[in-house]
Amino acid sequence: MKQSITLDRVTKFMGLGFLITLKSLFTGDLDKEGFRNFLRKVVVPIASIFLFIGLWHMGAKSLYNIEAEYKIEKALTEQGQEAADAMKACIASGDVSCQPNTLPSPAQVWESYKSLLRDHQIISADKAAFAEKTAVINAKRIAEGKDPITYTGRPSFVDQILTSLKTVFAGFLLALVIAVPIGVIIGLSKTLRSSVNWLIQIFKPVSPVVWLLLVFMIVKTMTKDSNSDSAFIISFISVGLCSMWATLVNTAMGVASVDKDYINVAKVLKLGPVQKVFKVILPSSLPLIFTGLRITLSVAWMVLIAIELLAQSPGLGSFVWEEFQNGAIDSNSKIIVAMFVIGGIGFLLDRIMLTIQNTVSFNKTSGI
Amino acid sequence: MITNTEHTDIVTENGIAFHEDVMLDLKHLKKVYPTPKGDYVVLEDLNLQIMKEEFVTIIGHSGCGKTTMLSMIAGLNEISGGNISVLGHHIKGPGPDRGVIFQAPSLMPWMTSLQNVMLGVNQVFPHATKAQRTDIAKYYLQKVGLEDAFHKKASDLSQGMQQRVGIARAFAIKPKVLLLDEPFGMLDSLTRGELQDILIEIWNKEKITAVMITHDVDEAIFLADRVVMMTSGPKAKIGDILNIDFERPRTRKAVLEHDDYYKYRKHLIDFLEH
Repeated sequence: MKQSITLDRVTKFMGLGFLITLKSLFTGDLDKEGFRNFLRKVVVPIASIFLFIGLWHMGAKSLYNIEAEYKIEKALTEQGQEAADAMKACIASGDVSCQPNTLPSPAQVWESYKSLLRDHQIISADKAAFAEKTAVINAKRIAEGKDPITYTGRPSFVDQILTSLKTVFAGFLLALVIAVPIGVIIGLSKTLRSSVNWLIQIFKPVSPVVWLLLVFMIVKTMTKDSNSDSAFIISFISVGLCSMWATLVNTAMGVASVDKDYINVAKVLKLGPVQKVFKVILPSSLPLIFTGLRITLSVAWMVLIAIELLAQSPGLGSFVWEEFQNGAIDSNSKIIVAMFVIGGIGFLLDRIMLTIQNTVSFNKTSGI
Repeated sequence: MITNTEHTDIVTENGIAFHEDVMLDLKHLKKVYPTPKGDYVVLEDLNLQIMKEEFVTIIGHSGCGKTTMLSMIAGLNEISGGNISVLGHHIKGPGPDRGVIFQAPSLMPWMTSLQNVMLGVNQVFPHATKAQRTDIAKYYLQKVGLEDAFHKKASDLSQGMQQRVGIARAFAIKPKVLLLDEPFGMLDSLTRGELQDILIEIWNKEKITAVMITHDVDEAIFLADRVVMMTSGPKAKIGDILNIDFERPRTRKAVLEHDDYYKYRKHLIDFLEH
């Protein structure tokens, strides 16, 4: 019993309250109110998912038909009746060479998802085999002080996801390390706040693309002599710079708006400046700081895709772009798979931040 | 106006002459708030002496400048004219020699009640060992009846409980003067009574000079040695001072049954209704 209570609290805490209702359906302790809850929180969302997939399917089908008709029409006007019939037969047979290129249907996307996973398994196996094969040579090379031979095959979809996550975390940490201390400092001083306000207001709305170009200009020169991974450096720095503003503004605001009562208490007790900051000001602005960090992480994840796409750095963004350039028959559905993966990971990241935010907040109102 | 004139033992310190028994001395105190329409004088030429081990309550209409005066004594509000001295020393800004119990409990909600009290104790007794400081904090939390809530977060406590921690925090730093700014104003009358009892019980032991603002006539009489009545602002000053001659320690019952009680009460209400 006790365990289930803590489970309830944890799920509610993470904003995943619907899981509780789902659980009570299986344990069978549903009353009338619970049943209504069940309808609202479980049945309706699931129905809406099916509705979404249904609409998507029909939309994809009609787009497919438009594209197919256009192809047949084109064959008819350019090459005559015979070619048109051949095209019709070809499309009906499902031959890869003449499929209309348009929005993929849910079923196609699901197929692509499975093929991407298969692909990942093949590549992982390949990698493992490669590691086994080169283990002896690499050990020898390391002993001789040479660089080991690394696997240079194409990364799988899962590898791309991991790379993206790595980049987003590096960018997020950079944003945290820059924005929180600066936010605290400018939050403490009214003069400083008004003196840097213009800077924040001007740089905050700058597009990720421009940040990327700026970072590119600087990093390109700075990494000239080193063989470090400059694409990764450029993309994580750009992500950090784009996303740090929310944290900066929120931290400054949180620090500047500490309850006057707390400040009075600190004054009466004559707390020193360090104690005042660490015992009073920082804890009291933590909720706002974390709200900022949560926004920062979601912005970071959103701009990451665009930045990877432009910076040619590996990750989901370049995966999407390569697939688009590739133009293979399943490219479109792979892009849609990537879209769902991006959305899903973004959602998970947000939930993680919400959980942390709720842990550090001293007031009981939970965030949304 | 000042009733205690029989003290002749004048001591001079820093060029200021004061009675040895005077703890807190307000001289020609003035507070001016500049407004676009010219200066707004809240307090003018306010003189008040508060003796050692005296409990003074201050009563007056809302907006008459009671809180302004108290926060000036606390050092949280600038003095526009005149001066305030504690034991003959002019005050400069806030400090732990003047403990404050605020109207809102003003606890750090992310700290436990013990940590809240320790925040002050650590500051005032930096040379004591950690165990000694913890003992001091725990002692006062026990005194206010929170022995079971040492490790509860302040945000999880009720308003009344939070104000108890506020009382413990103020006494634990052993101030020379205790300033109370309507500390029970936000509480229901039952809790208020409880907290008055707790406050007076600790005060009877510690005998810290106390200045308390209140709106409650009964509270003013029950707690005080003297009730200071302030005239309505602007340019508020002291209108009248009433000596409350009940013996200490007092019980609420004894006070309520005392013949003089209604005389005192009438005096205060007559003043306030003018």
